[in-house]
Amino acid sequence: MSDLTSVATTPKRSLWSRVPVVHQLRQSMGLQRGMLIAGLIITTLFVLTAIFAPVLAPYGYSQLRDADGAFGAQQPPGGSHPLGTTVSGYDVLSRVLWGAQTALFVIIVAVVLSIFAGVFLGLVSGYFGGWFDRIMVVVSDAVYAFPSLLLAIVMSIVISGGKSNLIGGVFAAAISITVVFIPQYFRVIRAETVRIKAEAYVESARVLGASNTRIMFRHVLRNATRTLPLIFTLNASEAILTLAGLGFLGFGIEPTAASEWGFDLNRALSDVTSGIWWTALFPGLAIVLVVLGITLVGESLNDLADPRLRGRRAVAQTAGVVAQTSVVPGGTLAAGPGGLNGLEGAATHPSDGLEAGS
Amino acid sequence: MTSVTTRSAPPRAPGRKKRPASDGGIGRYILIRFLLIFPTIFILVSMVFWLMRTTGDPITAALGGRLGPEQLAERISAAGYDRPIFVQYVEYLGQIFTGNFGTTISTNRPVSEILLTYGLATLELVFYSLLVAFIVGIPLGMVAAYWRDKSPDAFLRVFAILCYATPVFFSGLLFKLVFAVWLDVLPVSGRASTSAELQMQLLPNETGLYTIDAIMTGDPAVLIDVLEHAVLPALALGLLTAGVFLRLVRTNVIGTLGTDYVDAARSRGVSEFRLVRKHAYRPALIPIITVIGLQIALLLGGAVLTETTFEWKGLGFMLSEFLKARDFVAVQGIVALLAVIVALTNFVVDIIAALIDPRVRY
Repeated sequence: MSDLTSVATTPKRSLWSRVPVVHQLRQSMGLQRGMLIAGLIITTLFVLTAIFAPVLAPYGYSQLRDADGAFGAQQPPGGSHPLGTTVSGYDVLSRVLWGAQTALFVIIVAVVLSIFAGVFLGLVSGYFGGWFDRIMVVVSDAVYAFPSLLLAIVMSIVISGGKSNLIGGVFAAAISITVVFIPQYFRVIRAETVRIKAEAYVESARVLGASNTRIMFRHVLRNATRTLPLIFTLNASEAILTLAGLGFLGFGIEPTAASEWGFDLNRALSDVTSGIWWTALFPGLAIVLVVLGITLVGESLNDLADPRLRGRRAVAQTAGVVAQTSVVPGGTLAAGPGGLNGLEGAATHPSDGLEAGS
Repeated sequence: MTSVTTRSAPPRAPGRKKRPASDGGIGRYILIRFLLIFPTIFILVSMVFWLMRTTGDPITAALGGRLGPEQLAERISAAGYDRPIFVQYVEYLGQIFTGNFGTTISTNRPVSEILLTYGLATLELVFYSLLVAFIVGIPLGMVAAYWRDKSPDAFLRVFAILCYATPVFFSGLLFKLVFAVWLDVLPVSGRASTSAELQMQLLPNETGLYTIDAIMTGDPAVLIDVLEHAVLPALALGLLTAGVFLRLVRTNVIGTLGTDYVDAARSRGVSEFRLVRKHAYRPALIPIITVIGLQIALLLGGAVLTETTFEWKGLGFMLSEFLKARDFVAVQGIVALLAVIVALTNFVVDIIAALIDPRVRY
């Protein structure tokens, strides 16, 4: 495995092409490129919608009336409500657009928090080893194997007492999701740390008298983070699904506090039985589209990093440049709870040695 | 990569560090793996206990605001929630060990009784969902591998991502809308219609598994009714896993298609179709077995949402009902049971994987 890291000696690329996604975009071709571009477009649209929701949305997320009077409940699409109104009398289009903002906010908070906590724990645990490491591994494996939605439910009970209030609801959702993700970052970073710890340059640094902190953050951490962008995209899509699941079970954010797609679907549950389709369809489509977009990006990044999955022609062309190994053998979709199980064994897959040997 | 091997609970990937064969065989592996169940369950149950208790005692949570302070205090001391929390913790662990999960506050029924009654419904749902996942995922994965990088492959890959990207409750709502409301060919919700349920209740020894009960009534109409009710929930939940299976089969078939023995078969003139069907297919199924253990966690989480969508009266449905009632004793019991199920499933799956693939053993 150690010869994989020697790829660092490849010719220096320009700064622009070293930006993670840009490099992969150039490397990709054909179908893969199409998927990556489609994913990037959807994701960009999502982020733009989230940022400009106040401008784009015709009404506020909790607005029930305008100058012409109340909107009325369950109005079919058309007229001043292009996507109709909900059972509580909100404008569906506005709720969907504002929902992007909530989703983006929760993703950012959840992923940033879990990266910090997971990376730190993984680094310390992997670097020092010993009983702390053993306990951490058993605990994170136990948490990892557990249905993440249930864990998020338990966490949201703890954080908000099962009630959802204003900003607290958003944060409660984000922190609940964070707890689910910490083991994933922990595992990846720990495995990398254990590997890098044995490298010659770490030993040299130690011989030179560098402190543990310096070695950990300067030498190990910088080399252990290359897989993070991939897990980031995985978790971003899972965060949206978990948030929607929590909302659907009634742990979402109150409609007066913010707009949340899962909560809207919960309210639409009874509408569907009476044939009212617009209250369910549009928030649901929003979830599907955003998760699809982010997953397409993540999938493409993962495939491009895995020589077994890359298009055949692309392999021949770029074999010398590719440094990353696959984060998730078998594709990112298997990375549900516990799906990253191949992480530690990944590099031992026979065909992974493809670029190592070349 | 695995230069420092730390003993850890599942999931375990094949190809971990091997010790010399003298280190014991499958019997030893099963024993160690079995002993590892207990820390897993212990950690999860303890975590849930301490987390839930930081919010206060369950009685205040469920009945606070509805009862006066004196009545509350009386109920709390009657249930023993005013004792030191560590005493309660030890007692709770002991109770779980004997299968006693406490009594629900909202309905005053033993949690273990609820677990048994509704757990069977969830089991039935998960079984049908896995069936859907196998039927849809495995053949489509082989199709995608066969036409690798062609349009069927592209289509199926997007389909697999869509399976994952669609929340079960949204696909459930769509299925309901199309098949139950617009086309009116399948029932909207529930596990069986009232008349069928009545007929099954007359059975001398009801199992609680509706499919088996329906067969025992000997009335084909009842069986059809039960199966009709299962179609939409099983599809909604099964497609979630089907996408994962599809991807897994595709990747592994592509992987095995490049191996020497497949090359050898190809050079003997075996057709490409037959290579996929016969040669590359079997080894590609092994990873599926290992992944099922992980999928169980996903399925159980998904079952909570599916059951709520379809009013399928299983553990997940009850969980969301108890959450609404803020009955945290019941919630804790259900979550603890699910933890046990997940740990046991992973154990069984690991053993099966070890029997198939000797490299997995310690």
